[in-house]
Amino acid sequence: MSDLTLLGAAETAAVIASGEVSARDVASAHLDRIEQTDAAVHAFLHVDRDFTLAQAGAVDQARSDGAALGALAGVPLALKDVFTMKGAPTTCGSKILEGWRPPYDSTVVERLKAGGIVVLGKTNMDEFAMGSSTENSAYGVTRNPWNLDRIPGGSSGGSSAAVAARQAPLAIGTDTGGSIRQPAAVTGIVGVKPTYGGVSRYGLVAFSSSLDQGGPLARSVLDAALLHEVIAGHDPRDATSIEAPVPPVVAAARGELGGVAGMKVGIVAQLQGEGYQPGVQARFAEVVELLTALGAEVVEVSCPSFDYALPAYYLIAPSECSSNLARFDGMRYGLRAGDDGENGVEQVMAITRAAGFGPEVKRRIMLGTYALSAGYYDAYYGQAQKVRTLIRRDFESAYAKVDVLLSPTTPTVAFPIGERADDPIAMYKADLATLPSSLYGGPAMSLPAGLGDDDLPVGVQLMAAVQRDEQVYRVGAVLEATLQQRWGGSLLDRVPELATGGAA
Amino acid sequence: MTRDTAEPLMSFEDAIATFDPVMGFEVHVELNTLTKMFCGCPTEFGAPPNTQVCPVCLGLPGALPVVNEKAVESAIRIGLALGCSIAEWSRFARKNYFYPDMPKDFQTSQYDEPIAFNGALEILVETEGGRRSVTVEIERAHMEEDTGKILHVGGATGRIHGADYSLIDYNRAGVPLIEIVTKPIEVEPVLAPAVARAYVTELRELIVALGVSDAHMHQGSMRVDANLSLKPRGRAEFGTRTETKNVNSIRSVERAVRFEIQRQAAVLQSGGTIIQETRHFHESDGSTTSGRVKEEAEDYRYFPEPDLTPVAPDATWIETLRATLPEPPLKRRARIREEWGITEHDMQSLINAGALELVEQTVALGADSADARKWWMGEIARISNERGLDIVQLPITPADVYRIITLTSNGSLNDKLARQVIEGVLAGEGGPDEVVAARGLAVVSDDGALLEAVDAALAAQPDVAAKIRDGKVQAAGAIVGAVMKATAGKADAGRVRELILERVGASPS
Repeated sequence: MSDLTLLGAAETAAVIASGEVSARDVASAHLDRIEQTDAAVHAFLHVDRDFTLAQAGAVDQARSDGAALGALAGVPLALKDVFTMKGAPTTCGSKILEGWRPPYDSTVVERLKAGGIVVLGKTNMDEFAMGSSTENSAYGVTRNPWNLDRIPGGSSGGSSAAVAARQAPLAIGTDTGGSIRQPAAVTGIVGVKPTYGGVSRYGLVAFSSSLDQGGPLARSVLDAALLHEVIAGHDPRDATSIEAPVPPVVAAARGELGGVAGMKVGIVAQLQGEGYQPGVQARFAEVVELLTALGAEVVEVSCPSFDYALPAYYLIAPSECSSNLARFDGMRYGLRAGDDGENGVEQVMAITRAAGFGPEVKRRIMLGTYALSAGYYDAYYGQAQKVRTLIRRDFESAYAKVDVLLSPTTPTVAFPIGERADDPIAMYKADLATLPSSLYGGPAMSLPAGLGDDDLPVGVQLMAAVQRDEQVYRVGAVLEATLQQRWGGSLLDRVPELATGGAA
Repeated sequence: MTRDTAEPLMSFEDAIATFDPVMGFEVHVELNTLTKMFCGCPTEFGAPPNTQVCPVCLGLPGALPVVNEKAVESAIRIGLALGCSIAEWSRFARKNYFYPDMPKDFQTSQYDEPIAFNGALEILVETEGGRRSVTVEIERAHMEEDTGKILHVGGATGRIHGADYSLIDYNRAGVPLIEIVTKPIEVEPVLAPAVARAYVTELRELIVALGVSDAHMHQGSMRVDANLSLKPRGRAEFGTRTETKNVNSIRSVERAVRFEIQRQAAVLQSGGTIIQETRHFHESDGSTTSGRVKEEAEDYRYFPEPDLTPVAPDATWIETLRATLPEPPLKRRARIREEWGITEHDMQSLINAGALELVEQTVALGADSADARKWWMGEIARISNERGLDIVQLPITPADVYRIITLTSNGSLNDKLARQVIEGVLAGEGGPDEVVAARGLAVVSDDGALLEAVDAALAAQPDVAAKIRDGKVQAAGAIVGAVMKATAGKADAGRVRELILERVGASPS
């Protein structure tokens, strides 16, 4: 067998199922790849070879015992360090959780295990998922495999970089305002934010409860769908989990629900034009032409409330985070600072939080604390909720006319590390196009559309109505096939070879 | 515990001559659901510290709450029993503040959308002019989770100040609570303390009748915060209020209200101002002392709990629950008073002793209500007082008491023996019949054996025998006593008396 790290997830599952290679071989190959390349990329915060090989060995054993195995059994995966998993630390990219080892598995991890998926390790992220570049991680920045001086996106930048660098064929990320889609776009891979409530949040350390959603990152639409199906579905431990069957995402990705001929595709007037790089606009225009050529009816739709998505998001998410992150107080787990026998409990809490949180997290906690304060609540949090309602109505009236909405995923290609580190507003704008569907709760996919400015990847975003996740897979699969035909293979084939050697 | 500084008090009579008290009560009731409000951990009281916890009630990163449907059911039943409207749609909210007994540093509660609102509870208040009915209006009843318990070790006061270290037990964290809040209560000033007492008594009885909580005030499963403010007579707007916490018995509620009226009156009379603050109640002397002074108004930054979906009970369910409501306590008491032919005073004694249900169950088994009251309120209540336990906590059941009553009325036991049977049952020696058999407690009914004892007693006290023979029949008591002593109390005193009179030739009168 040639290099196992070149295979996608479906292909990997197939060679394991055929007995050609073992899950252990596959895991080993990826662990080696991580060892060789992670000094340069720094996608992982935690890798435990023995732990991973033991999981892979268990899958091989189950197979030889004749057990029924899932579609992705034995396929390795990189897990964003925001999900709890027994036997490994969970840091959320924060000093305040350094060394914390959760005593329980998140539902996503339970389902991965049940599906025989092998977890390679925990990936880097912006602290508590707040950021668009991984520069806010307390454990160092992750680098974009396309250009090591560029950001890999965020907050799921470790997961996107791991997939783009062939360290893992699959990764799990979380998306609160674009944290799966934007990293996928800037690393040339597929990333999906499922319908809110589609994937259980139990064991996902909360940033913004009403927005957080776990989802797949992969090299192809089908791989993403296969992983989506493993992790999705009702969970009685998450009250916001949807009690309905998982939309037929795999069938859609396989083209079983049909192509795009006759489908109505809406171009959002508010998510294009000024502020979008020329290369991004060019790739987006090509995709629109392609869809028309494939028989889709493309129309422009106006969603005027989208213009207020960014301010609404930066009130709602910080408000919820200010409450969600209160528990990190040094009393029960994680960092404790200032406990010198003189300081009282409130001082210890304050000193711990001052020492344990990074500047972006503090900024958002303060913003949210202010927005929820008596006398300001109505003007800020209350107003933002009204905007959220308007955005939802814009989506609903759009989906009354079209099947999916289309936009660029991000205004620009991956920007240089450090470029926006001191300019939060510029950083926040990376999520302009992804915020609306987060506030609405509908599914959205970022799909590679080619290379743009500086020969870096550009993504297009497909959005659909709540619980119509299959729609983005259906259109995404057709677009992917057509584009790859044009490119003569996967966009990822063009990732420059990484310098290998050196311990991770 | 002693008062930090003795604050001047005005006499109650002077205070109510000048000021009108306004009261308000926030009563927390711990529900007796098997599991906690938002997770599956057991709620049993008294387990070793931190053994009834899980990621959810410990607020571990990533854990999420799920609402306990049984708790919602209890909340609705309490709301209905208080005559409240039940919200078609209500949400939980987060109350944000930092405190180590709260694992998430916010409490999941309800804020502006309580599940039940606008009710009333009718109570009876004892006044000099007899009992009077007062209606206490209920503002709301809402659901929330309890906090953990902190034990401050070392230091003189058991408070955080001066403690060497503190221990936290999260077993209680997440136990379902219903908070019942009254509207401001304004009554004839002299009645205020009695109204406070009657309200809490009545509410407690309602909760117990609903079966949703054991409502033990001493164990903290029912906790009362008493708000009180004074306004000079004739003034319309309310004064600044204080909130007295830690009021752990019905009697204490009355005392706390009375104390705050006297204290606040003294402050106001001397030109001072009342500080809005939390105050602690001290069981030892009935005083309250300043607790946390709220330097600035606490801002809890309430907002709707995004981890939970709204509670939207359908109308059919609410009506099903309405059908399960018990008879309202006032009505029930009136009915029972009539059936048993007892006074309101007797009834109050039964309620205060916590014995009403026990007596009722004993009567339901077939006992005469007078007999049932006699045993529960006599020997058994005495022992519960002695042991400092609630009567219901004693290991004796209505069935045991009914059996003892049966054995007594058929002459197998006398009262003295019956008391020994109760003692045996409480000592864990088994049911009444087993105790009787094991201790050999049956009444001696063999006349031959009794006659021997009677003759011996008469012979030993010839002067008494002579008096009886001369017609002083009441003197027979001394001989009866001697016979009972000789038979170790196993004789039927009535029969002994008959035998004595027969023996000396006096006619029984």
